[in-house]
Amino acid sequence: MSLVLDHVGLTVGQEVVINDVSLTFERGTMNVLLGPTLSGKTTLMRLMAGLDKLTAGTIHVHGKNVAGIPVRRRSVAMVYQQFVNYPSLTVYENIASPLRVAGLPKAEIEDRVTEASRVLRLDPFLDRLPAQLSGGQQQRTAIARALVKRAELVLLDEPLANLDYKLREELREELPRLFAESGTILVYATTEPAEALLLGGTTATLWQGRVTQIGATPLVYRKPANIDAARVFSDPPLNEMGVTKSASQVTLSDGRALTSDALLAGLPDGAYRIGFRVEDARIGPPTGATDAFPGVVSVTEISGSESFVHLDVGFATWVSLVLGVHDWQPGAAAEIRIDPRRVFVFDAAGLLLRAPEAMSVSPLAVMA
Amino acid sequence: MRIQGRGIAITIYLLALFLPIYWLLNMSFKTNGEIMSGLNFWPHHVTLRNYAHIFTDPAWYLGFVHSLTYVALNTVISVSLALPAAYAFSRYRFIGDKHLFFWLLSNLMAPTAVYAMPFFNLYYSIGLFDTVWAVALAHCLFNVPLAVWILEGFISGVPREIDETAALDGYSFPRFFIKIFLPLIANGIGVAAFFCFMFSWVEQLLATTLTTVHAKPIVAVMTRVYSAEGMDWGLLAAAGVLTMVPGAIVIWFVRNHIAKGFALGRV
Repeated sequence: MSLVLDHVGLTVGQEVVINDVSLTFERGTMNVLLGPTLSGKTTLMRLMAGLDKLTAGTIHVHGKNVAGIPVRRRSVAMVYQQFVNYPSLTVYENIASPLRVAGLPKAEIEDRVTEASRVLRLDPFLDRLPAQLSGGQQQRTAIARALVKRAELVLLDEPLANLDYKLREELREELPRLFAESGTILVYATTEPAEALLLGGTTATLWQGRVTQIGATPLVYRKPANIDAARVFSDPPLNEMGVTKSASQVTLSDGRALTSDALLAGLPDGAYRIGFRVEDARIGPPTGATDAFPGVVSVTEISGSESFVHLDVGFATWVSLVLGVHDWQPGAAAEIRIDPRRVFVFDAAGLLLRAPEAMSVSPLAVMA
Repeated sequence: MRIQGRGIAITIYLLALFLPIYWLLNMSFKTNGEIMSGLNFWPHHVTLRNYAHIFTDPAWYLGFVHSLTYVALNTVISVSLALPAAYAFSRYRFIGDKHLFFWLLSNLMAPTAVYAMPFFNLYYSIGLFDTVWAVALAHCLFNVPLAVWILEGFISGVPREIDETAALDGYSFPRFFIKIFLPLIANGIGVAAFFCFMFSWVEQLLATTLTTVHAKPIVAVMTRVYSAEGMDWGLLAAAGVLTMVPGAIVIWFVRNHIAKGFALGRV
């Protein structure tokens, strides 16, 4: 079983929603679609499910073009971001629904529903209506329905986005395991890079309806092929600056010259974009060091064990991640230092020229 | 103190509201002589003669039968025609969909009198004249658009993802529509049916124009109460009371649905 998207495109009116997407999914694999809101993840899934019709390209399942096959004859299950269940059916009937339609024997339905509801811890609620459940329970009902169907293709469209933190962590671990046993193609759309990394498998990054990179998830994270993929795979956003190198002199977009060309060492003259992740932006009190970027703190977000400090460095606002609760007051002077070994260098067209070396220790440990 | 003031206000309001209805009820239990003799706040000589007359004279009770028959037919036809139309208007985009939707509503804007003559001529020539079907079909003119308008609001309140999930689960469209979808818009169907019932029940012009003998509605019968002795007030009052009964029963059954319909803003 394999699912092949061949130059798939969707144009609505004048707008190109999905632009020339080619992907191959093998059975029993975990596939992550990673992209920001409106990047086309949901649309792409709807095309794969057959809910929307492509305007370009083909989709093949088992080498057979599925263009003419209606949704209800395809072996597809989908879980939406918003909790979608049949409001008038009990949880049991909701889960059993695809099996009832398929005309399975009663005992088999009973077995599968019991099994799924046990795994997703829904057994105490089987007689309730979806409206009587919490959001998390409703979404687990939807997931259970996708699970019992044992479809060849399971599409999970940000299934955990509307759940609370604890439940999200729990289900994120369980989901791949649940579906792994059935040898299904699991496609999981998410906006969160951290979620993609936790899920593993293969990641395709989406940006404005195009697939910007495909590869093993950790690899895409470490070596984004281009600046779009790097942006998609960075949360908070990638810190960036445009620089020009000419005769060993590196100049910023605002005309400031850097004292060394360490950031672009060994690269020919030309225009570049430099990007670095928040954990590699080391913030400290101003020292006046020549290789540092001084600025003014604009906001500090404190999330318990970590703080995100936003620093206005003049030509951009960069974000720095610091461990623990740090009280950088807005308006305070500070500077960010960048380790030249920890930056991504992209050429003028946005293609990756250089990525940081893989580290044996966590980036957070380096900072501490 | 405030509560008392409110209570008094409500009492006055209810008195004003029920006075005409009470007076009708009052009259229906009086003899014509008592009605004409002066001001009596309750019947001094209670009589059931008026009601007995209606329930024994076929000319009278068949009027109710005819009316109820075409109203029921019309309600069933209107709602079942409106359901697929409202679904299409809610779920699909097609050329001119918004214009068509508005055009449907514009049917409600023309006075019924405009349609009386063409309907009369049309039904007469195809042999539908003076049947309950004539009235039931003619009332679709305003009831189908109304039902489409009401149902479209309710259907649009059901997320499209439910339709899609059903398709993914393997439901065929008819099975999905009956098993999953109809229960979700039961309120809307209740509201639409109520309004179809009400408008068909109170409509007089088409109903009297399109019938003579065999399908004569109660409203037409009620205009024939003159006799040699003059107007039969008691009989007319009894007929009036009975005419309100079906409406009251229907309102009782759909009162909760109506409240939800108002909440959705389509009624």
